Amino acid sequence: MTLVPRAIKRPRKTFAKTGSLAWLTFPALLFFLTFAALPLLGVVVLSFMNWDGIGAITWAGLTNWISLLQDPVTGSSLWITILVVLLSVLVQGPISLLLGVFSAGRQKYRAVLSVLYFIPLLLSSAAVAIAFLSLLDPNFGLSAGLGLPFLKQNWLGEPGLAMGVVIFVLAWQHIPFHTLIYQGGVRQIPASLYEAAELDGANRIQQFFQITLPQLKYTVITSTTLLVVGSLTYFDLIFVLTGGGPGYATRVLPLQMYLTGFRSNDMGAASAYGVILAFLGLTLALILQRLGGKSRQSSQLEGQ
Amino acid sequence: MNSIAMLPTAPRVTAEPAQPPARPKRRKSFRRPNLLGGLAGWIWLAIIIVPLYYVLITSMKNQADYFTTNPLLPAGNPTLDNYALVLQNDFVLYFVNSLLVTVGSVVPAVIVSFMAAYGVTRGTTRVVGGINTLFLLGLSIPLQATIIPVYWLIVRLNLYDNLIALMLPSIAFAIPVSVLILSNFMRDIPKELFESMRLDGCTEWTIMWRLVFPLIRPAITTIAVYNALNVWNGFLFPLILTQSPEKRVLPLSLWAYQDEFTVNTPAILAAVVLSAIPLVAVYILGRRQLVSGLTGGFSK
Repeated sequence: MTLVPRAIKRPRKTFAKTGSLAWLTFPALLFFLTFAALPLLGVVVLSFMNWDGIGAITWAGLTNWISLLQDPVTGSSLWITILVVLLSVLVQGPISLLLGVFSAGRQKYRAVLSVLYFIPLLLSSAAVAIAFLSLLDPNFGLSAGLGLPFLKQNWLGEPGLAMGVVIFVLAWQHIPFHTLIYQGGVRQIPASLYEAAELDGANRIQQFFQITLPQLKYTVITSTTLLVVGSLTYFDLIFVLTGGGPGYATRVLPLQMYLTGFRSNDMGAASAYGVILAFLGLTLALILQRLGGKSRQSSQLEGQ
Repeated sequence: MNSIAMLPTAPRVTAEPAQPPARPKRRKSFRRPNLLGGLAGWIWLAIIIVPLYYVLITSMKNQADYFTTNPLLPAGNPTLDNYALVLQNDFVLYFVNSLLVTVGSVVPAVIVSFMAAYGVTRGTTRVVGGINTLFLLGLSIPLQATIIPVYWLIVRLNLYDNLIALMLPSIAFAIPVSVLILSNFMRDIPKELFESMRLDGCTEWTIMWRLVFPLIRPAITTIAVYNALNVWNGFLFPLILTQSPEKRVLPLSLWAYQDEFTVNTPAILAAVVLSAIPLVAVYILGRRQLVSGLTGGFSK
């Protein structure tokens, strides 16, 4: 029984062994090229075109880019995007790390808390935004419930406050995911390292900085990369929560692109925003990869 | 790292088995409890729970109570009228749409990613290496950047305002991270297993489905869950690629309810609760699998 197929398949086996398994990637490649890679080239092409989204596409040359660079909203949305990325990393990163370490603990109550921490991850951005919209209502929301007047602010009406709210709600929504990543990372640290440290008399804080943090180096890089690239694409939550307002205070690049393309029917200029966004994403990813590459070599030494 | 040891026993792998069970007790015995950490943990719990609690109790208030009672206290006479109102407003239709789009995106995405991951881990030619690099590059492209060409493409394919229009780009954008996670797991499978199956006369196709698929089931779960969350909660593609109410998916419907119900906040929040129920139910039923899948995949 086994001899027959073996005899038949031998030639094909060597064929496979030489590595012509590329055909297995073709279905994925077809999807990826058609709906991700080619659109990426398409966005560059369209940024030199005039298109209202319905009619014919005509050559525009540099007009989109020139008007884009002259528009003060471009600079402000670029700055706001970078601000959102920076603040998100600074707020979400450390909290996720600490919560990850906390929830990796084996105590019973921590296991229960971790179950609840996970819930925001299940909600859509639209749901989260709507929940916070009503929670922040000055008359019927949290401030009225707690009777704390300082919570009674025009949260989404003041530029600075609105930005703070956006950062907070983004953190509320995304920290659970990064907490999970860190929790998994912490659980892979060998227990013997801690036992050795305790015998040496290291206290909890020393253990955190001397063992946990160095051992989590890869995890920090993974989480931060996902966080940075992800925070460039925070669109839906901001769209529903503030709509980019008040004024232009929370209008990030993706939002500016959407509004230009689908509200002002200027797909050419919107594509130019798309190019900026893609460029920003690739640049940040490359920078992070560089940083990651360096520490990848040294982490082996420092971790011990 | 330790998943090398975990993998051969794959089907029931969780994040835990790598831990020697003796550790917690031993460490605990000569450690005092971490009061500060515990306190911070409870504070974070409050931050997570208060909004959820508020949404839940408000969704069960009638409109008069919403304006008069304390927002953080449950209504004296809880009502499900708001839920009935939401259900009467085509909620079930939106739910079914979401389900179709999620299943129609995740199943093909997992299958093609699995095949591609096998191709890039087992294949040795330069072409395969190039394809792998291409997928890796895809990880750093922000999805939003390409929406206008995607919109153009969908219009050209006559798929605008069709649920299939939501599936195609969702599959494409699920591929890079899925291939990455799957091929990471595949590289940990001992070479000898492949060799012995080869000696038994198996083709690569058979090895792929009989050996590799069962062994990396935790990774399959991870990407299925991760992609399902993304698609189910996706907002942008539905916003730009569909138009008619019959094609609305849940996240978009919440946004629409907001306009429809205007000042009827309890009804809007009831819609929020209803939209979250399916995933919360999945979470309650399969929490272990879900969480270990996610941690297993990303913490490698």
